[in-house]
Amino acid sequence: MFTNQLSLVIWAPIVAGLLVLATGGDQRANLARWLAVAGALIGFLLSLPLFTGFDNLNGGMQFEEVKPWIASFGIQYHLGVDGISMLFVILNSFTTLMVVLAGWQVIQKRPAQYMAAFLIMSGLINGAFAALDAILFYVFFEGMLIPMYLIIGVWGGPRRVYASFKFFLYTLLGSLLMLVALIYLYFQAGKTFDIQAFQAIAKIPLNVQILLFIAFFLSFAVKVPMWPVHTWLPDAHVEAPTGGSMVLAAITLKIGAYGFLRFALPILPDAARELSWIMVALSLVAVVYIGLVALVQSDMKKLVAYSSISHMGFVTLGLFMFTGSHLNQWAVEGALVQMVSHGFVSAGMFFCIGVMYDRVHSRNIADYGGVANKMPIFAAFMMLFAMANSGLPATSGFAGEFMVIMGAVQVNFWYAALAATTLIFGAAYTLWMYKRVIFGEVSNHHVEEMADVNKREFLVLAVLAIAVLGMGLYPQGFVEKMHLSVNDLIAHVAQTKL
Amino acid sequence: MNWADLNLMPALPELFMFLAMLVILMLDAFISDAKRGITYGLTLLTLAGCAALQVYTYSAVPVHSFSGMFVSDALSSLVKLAMYASTAMVLVYSRQYIADRGLFRGEFFTLAVFALLGMNIMVSASHFLSLYMGLELLSLSLYSLIALQRDEVKATEAAMKYFVLGALASGLLLYGISMIYGATGTLDLALVAKAIKMHTANDMLLVFGLVFIVAGLCFKLGTVPFHMWVPDVYQGSATAVTLMIGAAPKLAAFVFVLRILVQGLEAMVADWQAMLALVAVLSMAIGNITAIAQTNIKRMLAYSTISHMGFLLLGLLAGTSDGYAAALFYSLIYVLMSMVSFGILLGLSRAGFECETLDDLKGLNSRNSWYALLMLLTMFSMAGVPPLAGFYAKFAVIKAIVDIHLYWLAIIAVMMSLIGAFYYLRVVKNIYFDEAQDTSAIVMRADMKLVLSINAVALLVLGMLPERVIELCIQAMKQSLTVI
Repeated sequence: MFTNQLSLVIWAPIVAGLLVLATGGDQRANLARWLAVAGALIGFLLSLPLFTGFDNLNGGMQFEEVKPWIASFGIQYHLGVDGISMLFVILNSFTTLMVVLAGWQVIQKRPAQYMAAFLIMSGLINGAFAALDAILFYVFFEGMLIPMYLIIGVWGGPRRVYASFKFFLYTLLGSLLMLVALIYLYFQAGKTFDIQAFQAIAKIPLNVQILLFIAFFLSFAVKVPMWPVHTWLPDAHVEAPTGGSMVLAAITLKIGAYGFLRFALPILPDAARELSWIMVALSLVAVVYIGLVALVQSDMKKLVAYSSISHMGFVTLGLFMFTGSHLNQWAVEGALVQMVSHGFVSAGMFFCIGVMYDRVHSRNIADYGGVANKMPIFAAFMMLFAMANSGLPATSGFAGEFMVIMGAVQVNFWYAALAATTLIFGAAYTLWMYKRVIFGEVSNHHVEEMADVNKREFLVLAVLAIAVLGMGLYPQGFVEKMHLSVNDLIAHVAQTKL
Repeated sequence: MNWADLNLMPALPELFMFLAMLVILMLDAFISDAKRGITYGLTLLTLAGCAALQVYTYSAVPVHSFSGMFVSDALSSLVKLAMYASTAMVLVYSRQYIADRGLFRGEFFTLAVFALLGMNIMVSASHFLSLYMGLELLSLSLYSLIALQRDEVKATEAAMKYFVLGALASGLLLYGISMIYGATGTLDLALVAKAIKMHTANDMLLVFGLVFIVAGLCFKLGTVPFHMWVPDVYQGSATAVTLMIGAAPKLAAFVFVLRILVQGLEAMVADWQAMLALVAVLSMAIGNITAIAQTNIKRMLAYSTISHMGFLLLGLLAGTSDGYAAALFYSLIYVLMSMVSFGILLGLSRAGFECETLDDLKGLNSRNSWYALLMLLTMFSMAGVPPLAGFYAKFAVIKAIVDIHLYWLAIIAVMMSLIGAFYYLRVVKNIYFDEAQDTSAIVMRADMKLVLSINAVALLVLGMLPERVIELCIQAMKQSLTVI
């Protein structure tokens, strides 16, 4: 639609965020809220042409923009999306709209700052997905820590200070090492920070590749998060406000996996292959062990947080399914579908928990029971998200997991067998929680007083539900967008740099 | 020497500054306390005049004066302009604070500008004697500025400590210079460099001289293991004076080090590189780790300064033109950052109340969300988080050392900035997450509010569009260093 569509998608929410911030204190809260919705909606509408105008027959970068930025350091303002990153830009713009709606009444403390933080973060995340210059990526990647830190720390639960520090320092640890790796690659690639130039470096010795891979690994694995560097996520999720949890689960985790796709795999194919067994092992630990951990949680948010780690384990598993030097196409595409699907499902789950929390002010499973009697509409929606979270066919959760398992079978039967246990554990922890919270007799007077969803909540739930079902019934609509880009990636990874 | 050779043009800004200050000093003796605003305004005008003359006398090729003891080049012009701006900002930020404490007197302005004159001479010196003279003029002005608060025990103690240790460091420096003189037979930086390159000097004597000089320089920069004075002086001085010590003098000290080590002793780069690497690692480690334990924010910022100086040395020890430019960029950004942080402390202090502990910042967001935002930008910039200017400063120096394959140093540096992030985050936490203990209204003069806002927002703007300033630094280094 516009020639600089990607810039608009990045900067429109940020400008909207600054405007919201400028409305000032609590006395103009409603103005801030309406402005925020308008900003988020504009951001989402601006991102749609990326989908509709996307050329499925082109596996390379589209909507590219190149401008000089910091010429002295070889840094360019280079944007572009392929079939992989385009999906996440849209997912992010969509989630931001949901988050703004979700925080409408709930946030009474400084709503303008809350909304502004989410809008600014939305723009930064779009930037991270669209950046084709490593430092531009890094700026967006790190910049988003600032609003997230504030969101957890200002509007979070009782242990918010601990959680916000842990979140910030954990993620900073990884990214700083990556920065050194990026600077090293800058000199190898002929004094440029262009990611495609990094990918085109012809020769990197294996030992160097492995060191660089470790640097990228620390950065992205923390973000995904992979076992054993996942411990920040349950804390951050539990303490963050509903909107914060939604964005964390739906989007920021995806940036970690995206980083593997964009940096680690194509730039360091040989190291990725050599170390794929470690990645597979860590992913399987996440799937199985974290699935079991989720089973014993008594806090609903913590349960969904662990479930997120387990589902992201599926994603990293799918990304590192090597047969010889070839990645498995089913597995990679499955991982991508799983990422998008998890974006919708986890946002739905966290929103459901948020709806209940706003009424009862507890996240403990034990404080609920029989919610279906009081909130039938809500119970039906939550049922759908719970089913999707357990990977029921016809929901988006099924498509991704099925594709990854299909891919894994072709590589190694035992990988697939272990991964498939998630279908059992996932169903067990999600549905068991659902049963304890929603079914049965009304357990106490707090539940007795619960009112069913209002129009705003209904709107958010309905839109997310449509997305979950739509993706489950017609995953092809997404897969065809990413197909050629994935092919390109696989072909690129297959070329050795030794 | 005949008068025709004595081209005073390059030193015009300094001469103007000196004469103007003499006039202001005289005038100040004859006006009453109520009219002190006149001399304050004249001081600001003097700084503006110096800046105008600086631009007017600018020359891309280095011009020497005073028989080669004084040089005006792109580097010195850039740094001097930054120092005029910074000194003017110090005066604007301090006005209310010093008025509340009875320090709004002619001595304050005069000493501040004499300190600036000393710094000007330091950055423009091309001879060991003029370097030393500038340094002493700066140091003596600062000692007296600290001691200006006569009835304050802590300030007197700080002044004594600074003076005794400063004198010791000057002694070390002079001793080193005398050895260099013994080895090369000259004090002119260019001739020293030439003598060392020709290998006509006694190597043993040179290395000994270098060790003493590096020790003296490290003291002036405030780097480990010569850092002990920094926290005490920062904490003990009135915040306005701390701001003055913490801002422009760091810039001057950096150029001072650059002139001696790069212009004078560049041939010994292998020797000083190893020394500076050790000093840099220790400064980053001890500065950042000790800062975590501080509850007094001035003391915390002092340790933070120590770690920043460690980072700055990384660029210097790279020994490349890009590295020097990175260090120059770092020091410019550092000055901007420390101006805001101390500026906010000055703004939050009032008559009878010093804002100096971390608890004093609690709940600032609910008291005034704009100042909270300015402090937030500054803290994240100091932590090196993009998209703020502090990130590019760190990025540039790390890039410079990766360029010379010192990967281990780069990894230590980023790990130390991770540790540092903790205490900057704690400041943000106090401002945003905690409830205010002190709910009194914050009153700030409108001019200060404006300048402070521009100063902090500049960190964000430079974070998004740093190219111009980086380019200036690179050009300044190229034009000033290649001619030797």
